[in-house]
Amino acid sequence: MEKLRYALYTGCTARESTPELLKSTLAVAEKLGIELILLDEATCCGASHLQDYDDMLSLVLNARNICYAEKLGLTMVTICNTCQLNTAMTKHRLDTNPALKAKVNEKLAEVGLEYKGTSEVTHFLYAIIQDYGLDNLSQKVNVPLSQFNIAPFYGCHNIRPSELQNISNGGENPYNPTSLDDLIIACGGNNVDYDAKNKCCGFHAELQSPHTAAVLTGNALSGAIDANADWMVTPCPLCHLKLDVQHHSASKAIGREVKLPVLHMPQMVGLALGCTPAELGLQHHVTRVNFV
Amino acid sequence: MDEIKSKQVTFKLFRFNQETDYLPYYNTYVLDITHEEVILDVLNRIKWDHDGSLSYRRSCRHGICGICSIKVNGKAILACKSRLFDLIDIFGTELTIEPLSTKRAIKDLIIDKEDFWDKHAQVKPFIDTEIDEHPSLENLVKPDDADKLLEADYCIQCGACHYSCPALEINDRFIGPAAFAAAFRFAADVRDDSALERLHIVNEEAEGVWDCVKCMECAEACPKDVDPIQKITKLHNMIFQAGIAKNNIATRHAVGFAHSIEKHGLLDEGELVRYSEGNIGVMKHLPEAIAMWKNGKIVMPWNMPKSKNLDEVKKLIKSSSTVKF
Repeated sequence: MEKLRYALYTGCTARESTPELLKSTLAVAEKLGIELILLDEATCCGASHLQDYDDMLSLVLNARNICYAEKLGLTMVTICNTCQLNTAMTKHRLDTNPALKAKVNEKLAEVGLEYKGTSEVTHFLYAIIQDYGLDNLSQKVNVPLSQFNIAPFYGCHNIRPSELQNISNGGENPYNPTSLDDLIIACGGNNVDYDAKNKCCGFHAELQSPHTAAVLTGNALSGAIDANADWMVTPCPLCHLKLDVQHHSASKAIGREVKLPVLHMPQMVGLALGCTPAELGLQHHVTRVNFV
Repeated sequence: MDEIKSKQVTFKLFRFNQETDYLPYYNTYVLDITHEEVILDVLNRIKWDHDGSLSYRRSCRHGICGICSIKVNGKAILACKSRLFDLIDIFGTELTIEPLSTKRAIKDLIIDKEDFWDKHAQVKPFIDTEIDEHPSLENLVKPDDADKLLEADYCIQCGACHYSCPALEINDRFIGPAAFAAAFRFAADVRDDSALERLHIVNEEAEGVWDCVKCMECAEACPKDVDPIQKITKLHNMIFQAGIAKNNIATRHAVGFAHSIEKHGLLDEGELVRYSEGNIGVMKHLPEAIAMWKNGKIVMPWNMPKSKNLDEVKKLIKSSSTVKF
């Protein structure tokens, strides 16, 4: 197989509150022989809030990020669902609206950049599944996760709106997504089915609407626990922050103790590929990862 | 190979009669389905051939009255528009048919939509203007002005988005995606004089657009591609543009991103929480901040990573910003 190369848009979280995500992403890429070139020029995507304040500014900044992937002539991979949504949404809007694209490029020209629309944007989860291939991955698994019941938590911004995700991501149905389940199976694990797996974790309303956010987190954790999961896995660091760090407020909100280890998607793959816990940054979790 | 013309499907059908039943129950039917059938055909077949007491709403039969909206395996649909074979593609051949909101069931698939209509009424869903009662000409709207509605007027009030919204499920004061789309539809109408009043209504804490969780469920659920979350974003923008954004945690949360990006390129996560909450409010996050710090999840201000070519970012923020707070 030809060596896979991508421009990696890390987003902010992987460089700050979830350092284990960047660490495990790089570890897994190395094990699989995937080359990731870090886009150090990229800024925050605005996390679906900046656009509420200033849509034009959000478009310009996200377009600038994509410009740097275009300069490398590579597909941009994201490791955060919300980065994925904002970047892919920007790309979609500019690619389908020449007038808007021209307006954004007028701004970008001031710093010597031009958005062309030549780079695709996809989440690392779908790069692994579609480009690397699950069969190839399972051949590399040397520590099958067969003793674990693993609950997939998809995260909204990788699967909705499907109109957009069909272009940039896996094109799976948001009401019955399968990518993360398939990845768990490829890693030798037992995928757990539960209602909340494709629902919202509440992250984006945490500050302004803490009760709503906490109930949603509680629903996700309790759903996975009731389905007999040993741990959860998610492709989104924002979901991870909510599920891993906020179990106290979630437990309080739903009147029930809910606490479950939650792994980032690359951490799960890394375990199956034989990476050590330290290589995957498992010591960074607030809810202790007690099974390795 | 011949096209498969029929499939056997197991239907689990929600049943409940508010007047006689203490709890809902499900009836199971196994039916052969042909490729041209929609869910409404199945409901009709069950009612006409198996159980005449089954209750559901139906009217126009071509996706415009919005009355037959229900859920199949949790997906909100119009019964008259959703082809069985499409649903089988998504969910397989076991389909659970339920009302849009099980807790609002009156009889079987019929629900009490009072909360939906109350929210709708809350945003003044009509054009409010002084009119000439005896006009000599038609009151024409130019195509460019009509485009400003972003097809929000395609809404058929079916409730699919409203009863798919998780924020509304938890916080019943939240106005919700359907009424927000209606608020936008009239606020964006050039003939309307009450846009500002409507923006004030959707600007309230706990009720307004700020409590949206950004799950995109409404965009997914809408059978008419109204894209309510797009209208919610527009309402946020209009609130800032009208200069009526209050100085509160929700608005500072949005504005804080611009400050942080200007300074670092990346988001300063800790500072965003401090700026949004204020110096006193931020204290309530201390326990989780300590837990995160102990596990190496907090970057100290002096170690804050910065994007390369930050001068570009600063320049773009200066030249591309369109609003002030």
